[in-house]
Amino acid sequence: MIVEIGHYALVLAFVLSLVQSVVPVYGALKADNRLMATAAPVSGMLFLLVGLSFAALTAAYLSSDFSVVNVFENSHSAKPLVYKISGVWGNHEGSMLLWVLILVFFGSLVAAFGRNIPDVLKAATLGVQAWITAAFLAFILATSNPFLRLLPAPAEGQDLNPILQDLGLAIHPPLLYLGYVGFSITFAFAVAALILGRLDAAWARWVRPWALLAWLFLTLGISMGSYWAYYELGWGGWWFWDPVENASFMPWLAGTALLHSALVMEKRSALKIWTVLLAILTFSLSLLGTFLVRSGVLTSVHAFATDPARGVFILAILCVFIGGSLALYAWRAPALKQGGIFAPVSREGALVLNNLLLTAACVAVFVGTLYPLALEALANDKISVGPPFFNLTFGPIMVPLLMVVPFGQFLAWKRGDLLAVAQRLWAAFAVAIGAVLVVAWSQGVEHVLAALGIGLAFWVIAGSLSEILSRARFRDVGLATGIRRLAGLPRSAWGTVLGHAGLGVSVLGIVAATAFQTEAIRTLKPGETMTISGYDLTFRGIAPRRGPNYVEDVAHLEVRHGGTLVSELDPAKRVYPARQQPTTESAIATYGFSQLYLSVGEVRNDGGVDMRAYYKPLVTLIWLGTLVMAAGGVVSLSDRRLRVGAPKSGRAQPVPAE
Amino acid sequence: MTRKQRRLTLIGSAGVVLALAAGLILYALNDQIVFFQSPTDIVARTIPEGSRIRLGGLVEEGSVTRGDNARVSFKVTDLEASVPVTYVGLLPDLFREGQGVVAEGVIGQDGIFHADKVLAKHDETYMPKEVADALKDKGVWQGEEKPK
Repeated sequence: MIVEIGHYALVLAFVLSLVQSVVPVYGALKADNRLMATAAPVSGMLFLLVGLSFAALTAAYLSSDFSVVNVFENSHSAKPLVYKISGVWGNHEGSMLLWVLILVFFGSLVAAFGRNIPDVLKAATLGVQAWITAAFLAFILATSNPFLRLLPAPAEGQDLNPILQDLGLAIHPPLLYLGYVGFSITFAFAVAALILGRLDAAWARWVRPWALLAWLFLTLGISMGSYWAYYELGWGGWWFWDPVENASFMPWLAGTALLHSALVMEKRSALKIWTVLLAILTFSLSLLGTFLVRSGVLTSVHAFATDPARGVFILAILCVFIGGSLALYAWRAPALKQGGIFAPVSREGALVLNNLLLTAACVAVFVGTLYPLALEALANDKISVGPPFFNLTFGPIMVPLLMVVPFGQFLAWKRGDLLAVAQRLWAAFAVAIGAVLVVAWSQGVEHVLAALGIGLAFWVIAGSLSEILSRARFRDVGLATGIRRLAGLPRSAWGTVLGHAGLGVSVLGIVAATAFQTEAIRTLKPGETMTISGYDLTFRGIAPRRGPNYVEDVAHLEVRHGGTLVSELDPAKRVYPARQQPTTESAIATYGFSQLYLSVGEVRNDGGVDMRAYYKPLVTLIWLGTLVMAAGGVVSLSDRRLRVGAPKSGRAQPVPAE
Repeated sequence: MTRKQRRLTLIGSAGVVLALAAGLILYALNDQIVFFQSPTDIVARTIPEGSRIRLGGLVEEGSVTRGDNARVSFKVTDLEASVPVTYVGLLPDLFREGQGVVAEGVIGQDGIFHADKVLAKHDETYMPKEVADALKDKGVWQGEEKPK
């Protein structure tokens, strides 16, 4: 019964989203207040209906109702509670339902908190967003209905794919979708502005918090996914340039560019046309990612099921939305008025460069991801574009970007003085050079590239910190006043510093863990020891153990550093009987920011066990850096000037150049 | 600077950055991609030494032998030709004799394929797509086995 209610709610939501697609947009065009006023309550109702539907599916999972095909295929009565819940989105149908749930969630957030947005723009935006909702609800109802029944009901389910039974994977999809789908709001804002033919600096102010919110979730989602791949797949890698990873990374690059260009538009009323295009492209890339991952074009752990009808359906949605919005853009954008002018050397100029480089990086990732697909479709040649391609293209594009980050923060709006900025950055430059020298001296000249990379990371961190310190003017006003000044700075200034410093921290982790990683592969018998980067790992034996829905062989190792026991590692080989599927559970010990990573392979007939150990210096900084970046997003979002739903401020006043 | 000059500077620098990026991408596409080959392709053609390839096929029954320190040798076959492969490291969880596999690496002078990466399937019903397609082309394999 509950399941049927869920299904029915979904059908109702679909019908309602059709209404929402037409009425408020028409109202906005005709300036009819009564029609426009329907947008907000309908958004709320859409959220309630889809929420009800999602709750019904969750209830079916919790009660292990195997008469529902979706539950039968992806759950098991012995599965731990948390994975019963995460199983709801650990499959194609459920994850699409989550996608739409988050879509309508964002719509209702705009309805509830976008009080400072003019009624016309708000109504049109919610209407445009409902087009997306309607399209994806139609997709779910037509090809991916999670509420199909199975009669007679089987006694036991087939269980969730074991590598998805992990806490990281329980959180990763919701976070990622909050990011992906969050950009639907900026897309809807852009299309609404094009339809209404009105676009000014205030538009950027209304859009920026939503872009920031989506960006910060996408950052966390990608980071979480990367950490999951790192510890769960047992390969010790944290980024594989896998098409599925790229699918989430492209909207991130475009979204980061959007955040920066919207800033220029808000403060200086320039780059309007470009910002609107970026808003469209960012969500288009999100749709492309959804298509790549969900259509089965790529075979990967994410392609839960391959059904050609689904691929064609999403492709159609993709073409209509991307093609339609770009056509609308081509038609309406030339009519928009160009805004303020600026010298090449200025804050705007630096942000333009940022946008250029991020876009170029995004294009490189795009080509590397889609070229193999295109080549296979057109020439039937099978190729793989792997890390070497991306290291050679993405890497060199990132280097100048990282170099200009600190300059951008110091440059004045409209016209900047490069020499003056360089003078204020000398301390950061000294820190960076110092880091290069220390690394090159301690690790040897063959690591000169790594030394430069680490120097670049320190340059970004020290450069962004020195901007905020220079604003405090400790030297002129003394410590106490300086600290008070720091505390009094706008939150968005702190957000910028955290965002940039976090980037530097991540780069530091990436360079160190890539360049100075050591690896040892040995076959050990009980009692034997292997050594890696000064850590002695002694194998004490392997023993079977039983978990709730799996059995495993757990190896036990003692780790000694300089003779003292520092940690014990228990990597395991698991088998999930419901699917007869083995998985590797790696064991990780963290020392400071560095990690010792160990996975086991085959058990040999003579009792030897294959072991692969890595020592990864500073590897945790990769993810800590993204947390700092996301924290920057949160701090920025809490700025009173940006706060979602903040009372109307004097928006007509020109913002003085800082 | 006049408005026009400023715009030209902007467009010019955008052009330079994009042209450099395009150059990088084209260069990398020429040089850094890895072609998928079946054992028949490898036996039939001479592949320039040291060039990276992806070798895909089935792990030949009875060909897996293990050496010291996690070294493993096996043969990859498409049921017409087979290529010996050697690899040091942990094999993927779903590596099995008679099952699909993709190995990435280089062919040595001795004709042995030195893999540095071995991929198998993600779960028990999935065969690496490129392997499945190659085997279907040869008509030796008729699509997915029924999921258990």
